[in-house]
Formats: sequence, C-alpha cells, structure tokens
Amino acid sequence: MTTYDLSTDSLRALNQALHEEEISAREWRITHPDGAHNIACGVNDALCIDIDGHVGYYCAGMNQKAQITIHGNAGVGVAENMMSGCVRIKGDASQSAGATAHGGLLVIEGNASARCGISMKGVDIVVKGNIGPMSAFMGQAGNLVVCGDAGEALGDSLYEVHIYVKGEVASLGADCVQKEMRQEHVDELAQLLSRAGLDDDPASFKRYGSARELYNFKVDNATAY
Amino acid sequence: MTDTVFNPALRESATFGRDVIAEIQRAADTGIYDIRGWGAKRKVPHFDDLLFLGASMSRYPLEGYREKCGTEVTLGTRYAKKPIVIDTPVTIAGMSFGALSAQAKEALGRGASEVGTSTTTGDGGMTAEERGQSSKLVYQYLPSRYGMNPDDLRKADAIEVVLGQGAKPGGGGMLLGQKISDRVAAMRTLPKGIDQRSACRHPDWTGPDDLAIKIAELREITDWQVPIYIKVGATRTYYDVKLAVKAGADVVVLDGMQGGTAATQDVFIEHVGIPTMAAIPQATQALQEMGVHREVQLIVSGGIRNGADVAKAIALGADAVAIGTAALIALGDNHPRFEEEYRKIGSAAGFYDDFQEGKCPAGISTQDPALSQRLDPVAAGKRLANYLRVMTLEAQTLARACGKSHLHNLEPEDLVALNVEAAAMARVPLAGTNWVPGQAY
Repeated sequence: MTTYDLSTDSLRALNQALHEEEISAREWRITHPDGAHNIACGVNDALCIDIDGHVGYYCAGMNQKAQITIHGNAGVGVAENMMSGCVRIKGDASQSAGATAHGGLLVIEGNASARCGISMKGVDIVVKGNIGPMSAFMGQAGNLVVCGDAGEALGDSLYEVHIYVKGEVASLGADCVQKEMRQEHVDELAQLLSRAGLDDDPASFKRYGSARELYNFKVDNATAY
Repeated sequence: MTDTVFNPALRESATFGRDVIAEIQRAADTGIYDIRGWGAKRKVPHFDDLLFLGASMSRYPLEGYREKCGTEVTLGTRYAKKPIVIDTPVTIAGMSFGALSAQAKEALGRGASEVGTSTTTGDGGMTAEERGQSSKLVYQYLPSRYGMNPDDLRKADAIEVVLGQGAKPGGGGMLLGQKISDRVAAMRTLPKGIDQRSACRHPDWTGPDDLAIKIAELREITDWQVPIYIKVGATRTYYDVKLAVKAGADVVVLDGMQGGTAATQDVFIEHVGIPTMAAIPQATQALQEMGVHREVQLIVSGGIRNGADVAKAIALGADAVAIGTAALIALGDNHPRFEEEYRKIGSAAGFYDDFQEGKCPAGISTQDPALSQRLDPVAAGKRLANYLRVMTLEAQTLARACGKSHLHNLEPEDLVALNVEAAAMARVPLAGTNWVPGQAY
C-alpha cells in the first residue's frame, strides 16, 4: 500500500506517480484530499485507489482501468470521460457526474446532482439515491440506473442510453419516453445492480429511452428544436 | 452569374434583393432554416481596408531577397514543458473528420507538415491519417467530446479547448445524416445517418473559474507537457481574452465572423459575431493590459486569404494565423475543373457552400467513398504546401518593405486605413491623416 497525504504531498507529485509506466505498488491510499480538484485523473493502469474524504472537481477524470473509491462526496464532473475501470462514491456527487464517459462503471451510493451522465457515451452509471435535472442530456450510449427519483427533463435529446428509474420522474425531456420493460431489460438491469453491489428488485424499475423522433430534422418537429 | 432578363425599366429592390426573395421562397417551401457551410458572405470591413506604410526616408527597408526576415513562432511558452515551434505563422484551423473526408484530413496534415506548421483536429476526434501525416497536431477539446479519449489526448502536440467559433459563436456543431457514415458514427458513438447536433456548451463546466479547473485537469492528465489553447468566436473579445488568460490559456485562438464552418444556419453565419479585423485590437489590448502580450500567444482566424492578411493580422498584434476555408480551396475546393458537376447539384465553382450535403465534387467535404477517392492526399497536400509558402513569402515581402527583420516586428504603426470604419475597428489612422476614430486627434 502506497499512501499519499495531500496535506503534505503535492497533487502534481501524486498524479505524476500515478501516471508512471511501471508502477509496482498496486494499492494506493490518498489521505486529506480536503476537496482538492483533479485528484487521480488520467490514470491508465489497473490500480486500486482509495481516497479518504471529500474531493473537488474532476476526480478520476478520464480514468482507464483503475478501481477508485471516494470515501466522501465528490465535486463537479467526477469520472468525466471515463473509459474503463470503476469509480465508486460513498457519498453524494455534484453536477455532471460521469459526463461524456465512454466506459467503465460509476457507482454513486448517495445522490447525484444535475446533469448526471450528460452526453454519456457508453458508461454504466448506478445511483443509489436521487438524480438532479437534465440528467442523461444528449446521452449517446450506456446505462443510467436510478434507485431513487429523477429530476426534471430526464433524458432530454436522448440518443441510445438505457435509463432505469425506480422512483418518480419529475418530467421527461424532449424525445425521451417510457418504454416497455421486457425480460432482456430486466436481465440487463439485474446485472447492473449486481455489479454495483445493490439488491433492488429489477422488476420495480421503469425503463426510459429515446423515441428517436428528433434523430433527423423534420418540419413537424420545429417546436422541439 | 449573368442576368437572364435585362430591362432597364426593371428596378431591383435594395431591401428585397433577388437573394432575399429566393430565401423567402425557399423558407416558404421547406419550413426550415437554411443550413450551409463556408463563412459569412456579406461584405464586412476587412484587411483589404488596410494598407502598409512601406519604408522611405523615415524608415529603413530590408533588402527584399537577401536580408533575413524571420517567420518562426513558438506557441505555448507560458506553462507547457514542450511548446510548439512552427516555421511559418500560418497554421491549419480545426476541421473535423466527418465534415471532411479522411483524404482531405490527410492532405491537410501533409501540406502543413511540409512547411513546418501545425494542423488541428475537429469535432469527432483524431484519425490515424491526420496524426500520421501531421508533424504537429493540435487536438480539439469540444463541448460534444465526440471521440475524446485520453490516449489521443496524450498523442497531441497541443490541446485546443473550443468555446466557440467565428461562424457561430454561441452555437454548437452540426453534421447532417448524409455524412454520418459507419466510420464517423463509430468515432462519435452515434447512430448512423442521424442529423447530429453538437452541444454549444461544455457538459462539465460553466464559467471561467470552472474552466481554470478544467484546464488544470487537462494539464494534470498530460503531465503539463503540451500547450493548452482556448478558442473563442469573436464577439466580446476584450473580455473573453482576459478571461481566457485568467483561466490559464497558453494560447488564445480568436476566430472572426468570416471564419468558416461545415454546416450551420445561414442566419447564424451572417448575423452573429464581429469581423476579424475588429476583434484583433481588442484581444491585443486585453493581452497588453495583463502584461502577457507575446507570452500568451494570439492566433487569429476568419477570412485569412494571403500574405497581406497574415502580415496585417500580425501587425495588429497576432502571433500567428489559422486558415480553414482558404486551405480547402488550396486542396481543390470550388475548382473550375468541377464546374459541370457543381452545376448538376445546383451550384457553381466559386459558389459551392452546401458542405452539409456531402456531395462535394472535389472529394473534400464528403464521406461518399467514390467522391472522397477523387482527392489525392499527396497532390492536394503539395498544393497546400505551395500555397502556405506563397503566403509566407508575401508576408515577408511586406515586412521587409517596412524594415522588419521578423514578422513579429510588424506593428500597428505600420498600417493605415482606407476608410473610417476600418480606422475605427483596427485602431490605426485614416490614410493621409493622423486621425484614429475614438482617439484624441
């Protein structure tokens, strides 16, 4: 176990160490993050990283392969543009969690604020609590699972993201509709919940997706543009 | 275009010209706004309205063919461990694979590399062709983040955070379904054939303070190796440049309203933003007031056509320029040899701007395999290199005439304006006077 104490060690030294090509230490602990921004961003190795406390913006940004656990709350854009690996937040996440992420698994054990999964491109996001407005805006691919409630304009201008919500949805965004929950979706959701370590009943969720009415410009849809 | 009817008694309306009438009729027929490529086509004050004051008695010229006039530029000296050094101050602006064919992207890389300058990706990510052929490649970081990944980020020689572009400041990109081929769709993680609309705002930051953190993230991911540019469309340029510097930019890229696009609404292209010439003095003032002029480099684009434009932009304070439309023309866009084919699709050589349709006869703004094959990347790259060399030689010619041993020694004092509008925008005297509008006489 390698430990970095951000009350004494610099963020630059930490990230540089995490970017080295040959890293012998596979387990890392980061203490006293104290809301610092850009912790453990750009990691490209199957490391196991625990962060003891709250983090600022863009923690685990563009993560590849690493398993990163934040034992606290996360600021804006946690795991943004993640490619692979897993990021788990024990507390709440601020805006734009998992924004534009292409792959991997993002688990938020608390609530997520606005624009969770905005422009997501293949990541799987599982939120144990509620999510804020405009989540999955222009979501392109991947899955968004919400065990609590969803805020306004869920899935606005959605492409091909699968959205599963157990609680209430305040409103759906343009071109986002409720869809039939077929067995294949129950199976997909069960697997997502299992990977996130949650035991919610998949059958208690509703599925939402794109109506695909706005995929091409049509005069009849002018009011939606 | 020639008149088909000529009767001197007929009077054309200045307000409702034939182009206006045609657009009203088109709108009535279709119910949707006009979408096209290219940049602003309206006449705006431009570099043609400025003249250089060559040396005579009061200034000493350099020998035109013998004395050195430097053209190299170093970009990213503020924070990057590896600044980019380019041999000519003319760079290639961001244009996407998707908007352009893979052959066109390769040709841009070949031409730029031959003369030692940089080229730039666009919305949709980095292709192997352009990385392979571009000795210096700037990777754009756009609101859509299509194709954005850390592996390509680390391959880049610089990163350009795009906030806007001159053709559509405040608007996002657009790529219509005709150009969303299998490869383009896969790179952007989109269904094939959709009309793609890119976001106009970044998804994970909302203001300059957030942007500063975002830039810090990009620096951390790339271990502070490469320069980070911020690109803005020219609007409130003075304030935008100050905020870009505050956010930590190594380089500010300023795109005036004449800057091109692959596709957006005509009303956006023609009615939003300010002319390139008007924007440069605002940017220069902002940089000078912050004490970072020439430390934070300024790249200017939007209607740059020749060495005179390059020299004038630099004299007003730019460190380098970027070309897009002009580079495509050099590759072969709008060439008369395709006249017959342009007419088949309702256009003409010199007028073609429907880049969004993907029917480009020259094989440049298309994803059609048969059309794309028409463009030979080697030959087209050579044409671009030739053109870049001419621009550089022209700029040197003018600089030497003004007695400058480097293009960067050009200054506003070397310029005068032909009309009041240009004098006011460029902040140089009206020719034959000492009067700069807005300044004490």
